[in-house]
Amino acid sequence: MLVKRPNPIPPSEITPREHWLRRRELMAGAAAGLGLAVLGGLGAAPAASPARAGEKIPGLAPSPLSTGEKPTSFEDATGYNNFYEMGPTKDDPARHANLLQTRPWTVRVDGACAAPGEIGIEDILAGFPQEERIYRLRCVEAWAMVIPWVGFPLGDLLKRFQPTSQAKFVAFETLQDPKQFPGQRRAVLEWPYREGLRLDEAMHPLTILATGLYGEVLPGQNGAPLRLVVPWKYGFKSIKSIVRIRFVESQPPATWNRMQPEEYGFYANVNPAVSHPRWSQKSHRLIGAGLFAPKQKTLPFNGYADQVASLYEGMDLKRFF
Amino acid sequence: MGTIRSATAIRFGKPVIFLLCLAPFGLLVWRALSEGLGANPVETVVHSTGSWALRLLLVTLAVTPLQRLSGQPWLGGYRRLLGLFAFFYAVLHFAAYLVLDRALVWEDISTDLTKRPYIVVGFGALLLLVPLAVTSTRGWIKRLGHHWLTLHRAVYAIAILAVLHFLWLVKADTLEPLIYAAVLAILIAFRVPWRRLVGRRIAGQEGVTAAVMAPCTQERLRAYPRWRCPREENNK
Repeated sequence: MLVKRPNPIPPSEITPREHWLRRRELMAGAAAGLGLAVLGGLGAAPAASPARAGEKIPGLAPSPLSTGEKPTSFEDATGYNNFYEMGPTKDDPARHANLLQTRPWTVRVDGACAAPGEIGIEDILAGFPQEERIYRLRCVEAWAMVIPWVGFPLGDLLKRFQPTSQAKFVAFETLQDPKQFPGQRRAVLEWPYREGLRLDEAMHPLTILATGLYGEVLPGQNGAPLRLVVPWKYGFKSIKSIVRIRFVESQPPATWNRMQPEEYGFYANVNPAVSHPRWSQKSHRLIGAGLFAPKQKTLPFNGYADQVASLYEGMDLKRFF
Repeated sequence: MGTIRSATAIRFGKPVIFLLCLAPFGLLVWRALSEGLGANPVETVVHSTGSWALRLLLVTLAVTPLQRLSGQPWLGGYRRLLGLFAFFYAVLHFAAYLVLDRALVWEDISTDLTKRPYIVVGFGALLLLVPLAVTSTRGWIKRLGHHWLTLHRAVYAIAILAVLHFLWLVKADTLEPLIYAAVLAILIAFRVPWRRLVGRRIAGQEGVTAAVMAPCTQERLRAYPRWRCPREENNK
């Protein structure tokens, strides 16, 4: 099923589809074609905000919430990805990212809120001050990266839609379109990918919607144009290429949790005390550290316990893992 | 198709097969030296050696069917070489896991070996491979006599455990391990004495299935007469 996305941009501003496609082909092609591709794309991109992966995002404010750790190399962060929509292996996403069309892009926000509606990616970029957040990323597969995200607090966007008192959770959905996401042609996971947060988790200042990384527009393989980043949870919670956000009263379904509830909890807080049935979560491998580097100790809440542990006070985290 | 002279084929073929089997290891070493193992080099080494162990195990198991289907008995001369290379990659795989992945931390390894089913079956497969590798020499074949064949039938159990090891470790996309499983199923099916099984059923008048199966099996046997008496073919 194709999620319908009404177009927020005046038709006059829209690049003809064939130009758009041609640009992609050229981008994917040899370096010689690159110059042409950029030329062909420049006139098409809305002047106000950068739209293409790799374009610099101007005026980024640093954040006190950033870690001082050394970021993973750009190459590794954009070449070793779990994004099953683009294919099941780690290098599939980088290979297939050129199929994803991130403009126009609309996110529908509805459910238990007073002002449901749709918001285009241009309005998101223009309407919320973008800042740099350097966060640790811990994958459930026991590896980790440090990513300099560009984004803004999810809470800022959610507030605009005025959640009601019934809103206890927030549900997210990724785009479903097998033409752009070749991985969706097989039912490896239940499509579309879905994730959810408790409202207080969603409103936490550490929780951001990312629009870029390394000061540049988010590449497709990292979940362009808009993805969630929840640094104290395993990476699979940080849903990519979001097209829908919904305020709900009860815990919404989450893809991996539904598939293997004993292996992937709804909360999925990074927790060295709770093993994944197939591997230990006590330590992890830092990507980029090399063949003989020892693993690093995994910290509760991925090292963000000071900021977020209070959200789970009184909860048995071994049960609600 | 005529039969190629065995001695010649083995003499010229073996070095080629040897080098082909060694190539994935050489490539891995080259990638390690040129920092070409990707973002997660430990994972690359562990997965690559494991995949090649499994692939070569299946190639080893494909020798007999290929021998019979092609009518080239000399192919059997490569079986030991291929089997030993499967063992070589399995040992590398385990060593990479122990040293690179677990950094020889015994506490972690013992948890893996007792609590994680995919590691238990993988380790089981490796343990079972050891006696087969040890008894692969001419001396051991003579010493063990007909027990040698019985012992080496463990290879079927090993292959099943190895495929399970792969199947149980993947998170969601089971396509690749299922392809290995399908190949293994075909290779095992080839060894089932269908004729004897079906024949027995007919003798015991065990119902419609046997009656329906029998002509079809007979037809296949006529089409591939070598299936009927492989021993005779081998001894020619």
